[in-house]
Amino acid sequence: VTQSADQLVAHLRGAPLPAELGELPVQRARRRWRRSPRAVPSAAARPEPATSVDIAPDDPLLAWLAHRPGPVDLDDVRIDTLAVRTLRERGVQLLVPLVTAGELVGVVTLGPPAHDERWSHDARAVLQELASRAAPAVQVGRLVERETAAARDRERVDHELEVARLVQQQLLPTELPTLDGWHVSAFYRPARRVGGDFYEFLPLPDGRVVVVVGDVTDKGVPAALVMASTHALLRAHADRLDCPAALLATVNDALCSDIPEHMFVTCLAMVLDPASGEVVLANAGHNLPLVRRADGVEQVRATGLPLGLMPGARYDRCSTVLEPGDAVLLYSDGITEAHDAARRMFGVPRLERLVGERPSGGDLVERCLVALDAFTGGTAEQEDDITLVTLVRGGSRRSRTAEGGPSAPERAAAGGGGSDPDDGAGGGDGDDELLERFSAPSVRGTERSVADRAVSAAAVCGLDDAAAERLRTAVAETVMNAIEHGNGERPEVAVDVAVWRTSGGVRVEVTDQALTGRSVDPDAPAPDLDLKLAGLQTPRGWGLFLVRSMVDAVDERSGPAGHTVRLHLRREPR
Amino acid sequence: VTPAPGIEVAEQDGVLVVSVAGDLDGDAREPLLQAYEHSSEGSSAREVLLDLARCAYISSAGIALVVSLLMRCRAEGRALSARGLSAHYRQIFDVTRLSEHLRVLPAGPDQEET
Repeated sequence: VTQSADQLVAHLRGAPLPAELGELPVQRARRRWRRSPRAVPSAAARPEPATSVDIAPDDPLLAWLAHRPGPVDLDDVRIDTLAVRTLRERGVQLLVPLVTAGELVGVVTLGPPAHDERWSHDARAVLQELASRAAPAVQVGRLVERETAAARDRERVDHELEVARLVQQQLLPTELPTLDGWHVSAFYRPARRVGGDFYEFLPLPDGRVVVVVGDVTDKGVPAALVMASTHALLRAHADRLDCPAALLATVNDALCSDIPEHMFVTCLAMVLDPASGEVVLANAGHNLPLVRRADGVEQVRATGLPLGLMPGARYDRCSTVLEPGDAVLLYSDGITEAHDAARRMFGVPRLERLVGERPSGGDLVERCLVALDAFTGGTAEQEDDITLVTLVRGGSRRSRTAEGGPSAPERAAAGGGGSDPDDGAGGGDGDDELLERFSAPSVRGTERSVADRAVSAAAVCGLDDAAAERLRTAVAETVMNAIEHGNGERPEVAVDVAVWRTSGGVRVEVTDQALTGRSVDPDAPAPDLDLKLAGLQTPRGWGLFLVRSMVDAVDERSGPAGHTVRLHLRREPR
Repeated sequence: VTPAPGIEVAEQDGVLVVSVAGDLDGDAREPLLQAYEHSSEGSSAREVLLDLARCAYISSAGIALVVSLLMRCRAEGRALSARGLSAHYRQIFDVTRLSEHLRVLPAGPDQEET
């Protein structure tokens, strides 16, 4: 017997059985959850009728009845339960279990027969036959009820989601700002009904405009709720709007106390002066903006921890100027991490090429969407929320680049590592492409996810599985060193990671802030297992050795951006 | 932060089997060595088998941990074997020369590698 709450109690009135086999007045099984009044009209002259009785799902009587093959005299029931006592009080004489597929779905209760003391053998046989036919029908009826209720629930959830979608839509800008000499466009499409991406334009009194783009981890309702809080916090701190770095720091502190564990928000805040083209921005772990210049496309390098991870995080102020003809694209990873049918990623380089193209007409956002649809096949379910915001400065350009030409890949910034011509294993022809750049807090344990992300970004470089595994170990160990030795396990200090596609394979750069001064000694003796086993060396000290064993080359450099370890891995010829 | 892995030490047919489910890294050090000490005390087993079939990740600290376990086994006169290594971690056991000092068994418990 299942212990379901809707255990049924069917009942028969203690009606006479004309000629023993006449019309047996079987009432349809009464659904317990309706609890209708027990106003069953009874024929005055009969013995006291057995009205329907609610039996609690956990009453032992039900388990007892489930194993009885046919009608049971209440007098023969040898257990004493609340239900048994109630049935006796109501004058019930006979119980007919309704059992189908081994499950008790109801019990028919009968008083004494009209013209006899006891139910006859024949009447019991008829009742048993009826019960065996009624039980499956009761079961089907119950399933239909359940299905109907489930459909009602789905409809209600659907309705609530629709309301949530409308509420969320209200949070997004209803119109785009009109900026003299600028073309502004935006696109937002959640993967599900509601999403975790957001963008916002907020005017400042002096004519400048604040542009914010954000992306909450996860998608669907949880992401939408965090998105709404983040959005509210951004608006609540409008007094900080003109300084993106302060804005992000304030919102981060407020968000840290409220955000569920394992969730965070990447967010890029930017202030644009439409008159001068000056852009000031700060970045909390969001995708780097792509800027199309006269001579190519570059990423504005601004990094910082995502919001909600670490109270007290600080954000750098970055600035640049968009000249006439320049354009900037802010985007969420829903586009760059979209996959095609062969599970290849759309990727930053593809997006860079799109930004760099200069067709005579058409909006950059539209071109991105067309390219994305063509890439994914247009039919696949969208994997993640997608947000695109573009600001294009009109006017004549001092262009040296032919219309429609591909963009130049980003050149490495000084100090932060990057390609250079004498780059041993990294290709070194200066045409390295930045695949991904991101930051992680200096917390032990994050090296795993950092390594996974770097390896997944490097997937486009054509490494085989074994090489990918070697890269994963090398990056994890290098990041672990950066966390422990470079940044002294200070969570608020970021480890910066950049993944480059080189002509021969891949290069991963891991930068720490060299805070502790106790970096790994590159000239330390190689670990020797015999010495270790003899107790002449510590069992530890394998990190750098492993890194060097896993990749083709390792080099290090220090600069204003910190201490960078570069891992080079060649692609095996196929 | 990676949770401490599920580490079990049990004696089967005269072999102390150390099973690691999860990551073999710095966080596994204390739990593994303690569990080993607890089970090996008073045991007459002459062999120890490190079962890494359910271990997804081994860091350099995990390698150091294997070295420590190997040292302990040697001090107790027990032979150490490892099984369940993926090709990648088999390579790491080779470059660290751990595979010269302990027997690396393929997934099947009966097919010993030379």
